[in-house]
Amino acid sequence: MALALQQLINGLTLGAVYGLIAIGYTMVYGIIGMINFAHGDIYMVSAFIAVTVFTLLATFGISSVPLALLLVLIVAVLFTSVYGWTVERLAYRPLRGATRLAPLISAIGMSIFLQNMVQLTQGARVKPIPPVLVGGIDLLTVDGFTVRLAYTQILIVIVTVALMAGFTWLITRTSFGRQQRSCEQDRTMTALLGINVDRTISLTFMLGAALAAVAGVMVTVYYGVVDFFIGFVAGIKAFTAAVLGGIGSLPGAMLGGLLIGLIEAFWAAYLSAEYKDVATFSILILVLMFRPSGLLGRPEVEKV
Amino acid sequence: MATLVLATHSISPAARFKDAATVAFIALLLGIPMIGLTTVDQGGALRIATRWPTLFAFVAAAFAGRLVLRYAIDQFKARKLAHERSAAATAAADAVADSRRAGRPLLTWVGWAALGVALSLPVFFADNRYVVDTATTVLIYVMLGWGLNVVVGLAGLLDLGYVAFYAVGAYTYGILGTQFGWGFWQALPVAGAMAATFGIILGWPTLRLRGDYLAIVTLGFGEIIRVILVNWTELSGGPNGIASIPRPSFFGLELKPPGDDPTFASFFGLEYSPSQRIIFLYYLILALALITNVFVSRMRKLPIGRAWEAMREDEIACKAMGINARNVKLSAFAIGAMLGGFAGVFFAARMGFISPESFTFSESAIILAIVVLGGMGSQLGVVLASLVLVLLPELGRDFAEYRMLLFGAAMVLIMVWKPGGILAHREPTMRYVADGEKR
Amino acid sequence: MSAATAPLLSVERLTMRFGGLLAIDDMSLDVAGRQITGVIGPNGAGKTTFFNCLTGFYKPTDGSVRLNHPQRGLMRLEALPSHQVAHKAQVVRTFQNIRLFPKMTVLENLMVAQHNALQHASRFSLAGLFGLSGYRQAEKKAMDKAIGWLKRLDLIDKANTAAGDLPYGMQRRIEIARALCVDPLLLCLDEPAAGLNPRESAELNELLKHLARDEGIAILLIEHDMSVVMNVSDHICVLNYGRKIAEGSPTQVQQDPNVIKAYLGEDDADEQLHPEARP
Repeated sequence: MALALQQLINGLTLGAVYGLIAIGYTMVYGIIGMINFAHGDIYMVSAFIAVTVFTLLATFGISSVPLALLLVLIVAVLFTSVYGWTVERLAYRPLRGATRLAPLISAIGMSIFLQNMVQLTQGARVKPIPPVLVGGIDLLTVDGFTVRLAYTQILIVIVTVALMAGFTWLITRTSFGRQQRSCEQDRTMTALLGINVDRTISLTFMLGAALAAVAGVMVTVYYGVVDFFIGFVAGIKAFTAAVLGGIGSLPGAMLGGLLIGLIEAFWAAYLSAEYKDVATFSILILVLMFRPSGLLGRPEVEKV
Repeated sequence: MATLVLATHSISPAARFKDAATVAFIALLLGIPMIGLTTVDQGGALRIATRWPTLFAFVAAAFAGRLVLRYAIDQFKARKLAHERSAAATAAADAVADSRRAGRPLLTWVGWAALGVALSLPVFFADNRYVVDTATTVLIYVMLGWGLNVVVGLAGLLDLGYVAFYAVGAYTYGILGTQFGWGFWQALPVAGAMAATFGIILGWPTLRLRGDYLAIVTLGFGEIIRVILVNWTELSGGPNGIASIPRPSFFGLELKPPGDDPTFASFFGLEYSPSQRIIFLYYLILALALITNVFVSRMRKLPIGRAWEAMREDEIACKAMGINARNVKLSAFAIGAMLGGFAGVFFAARMGFISPESFTFSESAIILAIVVLGGMGSQLGVVLASLVLVLLPELGRDFAEYRMLLFGAAMVLIMVWKPGGILAHREPTMRYVADGEKR
Repeated sequence: MSAATAPLLSVERLTMRFGGLLAIDDMSLDVAGRQITGVIGPNGAGKTTFFNCLTGFYKPTDGSVRLNHPQRGLMRLEALPSHQVAHKAQVVRTFQNIRLFPKMTVLENLMVAQHNALQHASRFSLAGLFGLSGYRQAEKKAMDKAIGWLKRLDLIDKANTAAGDLPYGMQRRIEIARALCVDPLLLCLDEPAAGLNPRESAELNELLKHLARDEGIAILLIEHDMSVVMNVSDHICVLNYGRKIAEGSPTQVQQDPNVIKAYLGEDDADEQLHPEARP
């Protein structure tokens, strides 16, 4: 029981991070219908930026945790968005209107490039940072097992909920949101209405990158270590989350992220840690067999 | 944004500098956190290190590069436009069309020339183990590319987990060879059948899925196979893999130093040399690849091959023509997987050692890239793309750490340069020849 | 329609519901062999949905579609998957928004339509792989059939051109030629005249009449172009909001007050339903 509660907390935390990254996948898929394979690596870039800025702040002697976190978030979001913009501009925009597979290959190439770029410029070794936020709340103790809710976990959940709320507002209530949604439905018509489609797509990439940046900072704070390969694994999990929830759907991405986080946490605790990825993908396949458009995706009516 | 200014060939120098300055500014923003700043581990704690000169060089290179590139592109476009205008004026468009028609025999010619080079390569490089080894690697990718071409290029099913079938083939031979003493030639058909079975196992639940949903499921399938290989130690040897897998023999003659049994060298009265095995392996994969090529090319011209392509073009129309979409898709999965399995058997036999590390997602990505970069469905395109993707990183061997960086950049650049692939032309499977017209 | 012969296809109490939307409501219709039956109705009346139910793309909520197959006997189409409707029942359709295999040549499109016969002849592709004579003969026969239709539909010059590169009107004809290569007993055409110019529509009229009269192919025709429907149909069924509101010969239907009302309100209906009266 206690273990289950602990795994629930851990799973939700992990799921929140997956969800944040998954939103980037789902938005990009929604607007230009491609899998942005480099998205996981954008998240990895942000984690490295976070490590650098944390170290920089420590050098300057800034010791206030909230201030440090805020600064790191701002810097990471800004620089990572530039990466998101550049990736779209260089590797995807020239391929608008090409076959569906062309941007996918270009994205895989970009992903390989970013991974190796970071490996070259930042080193291949794992980077540890000193714990930023220590401690937590002990919820209960059963048979000597203490269920602990770490402050970092609270932070991750609060930030995720706040971002989700802000994001839902942005997409459903603002002019940009309307432009974004209309681009999703019909890019040609949107352009005919005088909306700058390229700009909207660029902004979408920057927003997705910004969310991935937040996820990158959170993970750096949570685990305290970063390496150049984290983007691949997190990217695949997050994309799985986006598909599981129904690609194109924002609540679906979050739901998918949480589900995958929970599946992993519980599978690892009760069945086998080695096969947790097998469990994730098997459940994905099962869900898609019965709901080919994901959990919250609009079922695609076969238009004949 | 200045970078979005339309390309006309009469941009003022000031505008060019402004454009390049914008690019340099973005390069600066990209460079600060990655090039300008880094962290180094010092006694367990991280310390900031700066590389401002490198960053400056990077930004300057971006500025200069943009100026030159923009200028070159503008010149190129201007010249192309002028050429097209004059062509339209002199009705030379027909000549262009004619030269394009003549392009097809040229490609056939290139294909035969490539075959000639491939056949004679070991003759010229008999003593150069490195060249023959690299050529063998290229051929493995060619064969894998031809196999995946059935699934992705012809049937249009986006498969991101093709490496799983390669792994199934390799491990089937690894296990049969080391634990049951099977030889290469006995294991080959069994491993192919095994991989085909896995192809059907993957294909069955994914029949209803389309496009990118299929992509993620195949990717997941590839990962499942890899994770099982890592963890099911009793079967696969876990992360340590399987070692001392038997080498293929030449019609029962082993290629090894002289011993009790007749060997390849002793049978033909040759002096034993280790390069014999390398060359034999090269010709073996060449033969396998050529058989694959003939097989796939013929299948494409059969009803099943046309149904694969029709399925890629429009699944609903296929159903309306009475085609059983399930069977057509499964056959594509099974045949693609079988060919991947054959390549896997060869890989295991060549290396003598396999481990899950050889079957990661990046391998699937490379094979898919070969198919797409080559031009979907084009057999010769696969050869060209394999050459580029295997040889390009080899050229950068002197800066080993830049290899994969180059590889990624090449994938992006080729795609942006030729979105349809290197050879995008599709050759019809049959032609109508009017009465009295010459073939 | 003569009462003595049983109808080729009889649709009984067909109902198709999408969530709250009743796309087809309790519709019954008999289609006679060797005749052209027109299905008309305003946009959104449920015509294409009716085709989708007939050809196995949708599973109807209720009702039955029975085909009187001359060789196979009575077949229930609503229970068959779409590929078997085409293959076994020989009920073949075209699509409102043309669905060719655009990168394949016109000839290849017509060969794909003969997939089942050829696949059978290729014996799991083995006979084909080794180029056995049985397969080669079957392929030759299939090619001759395709070329025959291409010649009759005046498409033979384009046989080696990629179907997607051809003009719209030609693509409509190719789709019909492709459907004919499946050997249809009943050919369901979904707006074959859409986007055709007057000359092309006139040619289409002649083609449809010829197919029904000389080839003995029954035709179900969804069409908005009244100059085609009224001209070629032996029998017309009018749908509105998923219900059949009238049925009969072109003349009967044109005079039916329900149809006039449903179509355009009272005033303009006359002009629309009597194309020959147009100035």
